[in-house]
Amino acid sequence: MISTLRHQLVSGETTPEAILKKLAGDISARDGQTGAYLSHDLESALNEAANADLSLPLGGIPIAIKDNINVLGQPCTAGSKFLSENYESPYDATVIQKLRAAGAIPFGRTNLDEFAMGSATENSALKLTRNPHDPERIPGGSSGGSAAAVADLTAIAALGSDTGGSIRQPASHCGVVGLKPSYGRVSRFGLIAFASSLDQIGPLTHSVEDAALILQAIAGYDERDSTSLDVPVPDYLTGLNDGVKGLKLGLPKEYFGDGIDPGVRQKVEKAVQALADQGAELVEISLPHTQYAVATYYVIAPAEASSNLSRFDGIRYGHRTASPTDILDLYKKSREEGFGPEVKRRIILGTYVLSSGYYDAYYSQAQKVRTLIRRDFENAFEKVDAILSPVAPSPARKIGALGDDPLQDYLADIFTIAANLAGIPAISVPVGTVDSDGGKNLPVGLQILGPHLGEAKLLQIAKAAEAL
Amino acid sequence: MSQPAIDVRYVANLARLELSDEEINTFQPQLEAILKHVETLSQLDVSGIEPTSYPAPVFDRMRDDEPHESLPPEAVLQNAPDRAQGQIRVPKVVADA
Repeated sequence: MISTLRHQLVSGETTPEAILKKLAGDISARDGQTGAYLSHDLESALNEAANADLSLPLGGIPIAIKDNINVLGQPCTAGSKFLSENYESPYDATVIQKLRAAGAIPFGRTNLDEFAMGSATENSALKLTRNPHDPERIPGGSSGGSAAAVADLTAIAALGSDTGGSIRQPASHCGVVGLKPSYGRVSRFGLIAFASSLDQIGPLTHSVEDAALILQAIAGYDERDSTSLDVPVPDYLTGLNDGVKGLKLGLPKEYFGDGIDPGVRQKVEKAVQALADQGAELVEISLPHTQYAVATYYVIAPAEASSNLSRFDGIRYGHRTASPTDILDLYKKSREEGFGPEVKRRIILGTYVLSSGYYDAYYSQAQKVRTLIRRDFENAFEKVDAILSPVAPSPARKIGALGDDPLQDYLADIFTIAANLAGIPAISVPVGTVDSDGGKNLPVGLQILGPHLGEAKLLQIAKAAEAL
Repeated sequence: MSQPAIDVRYVANLARLELSDEEINTFQPQLEAILKHVETLSQLDVSGIEPTSYPAPVFDRMRDDEPHESLPPEAVLQNAPDRAQGQIRVPKVVADA
């Protein structure tokens, strides 16, 4: 999609202004139903478009931005009432600077679960986002707005963030490509932090090639993020069409067990077989600590979140309660009024596991199990080039079906969260649609996981899977 | 670890959250269910296993000690809910003498 548009831009067949106006028209026409966008500013995007350098790799291409990534002069709500009243970004995130340096135009802010906590976008305090394939269903989350915008053709491509599957799962549910890069591959500077040892920014796109193009633009060391890695960025496009012949692809038995929707299983297995038919060697492997991944994640992620979200104190930015009696009252009321229920739950959970008397039993234990999960993958990648699995056990569920039991959605993260704990890259590629749970033609994604910094081969395999 | 016994009101205070009674009643069983699941971690023997804080090596990096541009004061203050005289205004934090 991007390369076609780029040809049309370079040949003069279209202009960045025309692309932006078409998108704005499509947003007006369709986004009232889908609800992918929280805001968009056509005028400022058109001003940028007037100076677009079409010789650059993403020259003149608008890209939608998840509303937890700072873009100078734009709102950045994180899907929260805490930041929706009067916050305007005073600076650009590094990924935005890099997209602009590659010629792209940030356009439109997409909805998300509040502070990226959730997997349905139902935790947004600001808006309901619907799945473009079935308006009764969730788009997935937390980057549900980004996935829905791409699927609804109201975005050429989008950025999301992934802490436990928040790019890959909505990509799977909406039938688009979603890439979570390796930890340290992309700078997190300017991303509103949720869990700093797990968060990564990545693309949601119409094609694997588009994901490669965007990763190429945003990857690399940033002195403002000490966890970004100072290692060279390879060319993600040259080997994209090299296929899977001779590659060893691992099938973890723990990822193909009970509890997977039969339609999802059939589509994923069919895609796996098709890769074998193209010459890949399938190898059964084991990731023995898989069953502990969700528990490990729901200690570490809330612990880091409770610490990160302490900055939302009502002093420097965001919501401040109306008439506090003293400074402590100001903190407590501002946070009570500004945060939604899922954010509060996770702050309390995180504070609890870090508190005196519980730290060793929960937090230290989880950090050690995280080592075991990381080693599972290191051992696996001694035998195979990449690992294949479903992205989610089921297609998109209905809006509101969760009721009062957040643990059910947490458990459905089982296939995606280990990649964040281990810091490895993983991608979701659409491999068909299924009828399930009363829904028709619901998209299913195949997940491909690779070794740390192995994005090039991951994209190469994803390209082969996409062509099926 | 035995039956989880989280005191939600106490922990919320540590986290500087003023919860309503209704919220506490909602969160209590939800958090207990999550903690019960988390307790499966205690089945694993992790003696001798190093903890993982970051999945990739993280180094302390010193930047060059050279002046560089940073956010201007107006940009830093633009989002403050209450400000005066180029500063952020907050309720009094010291008691009357």
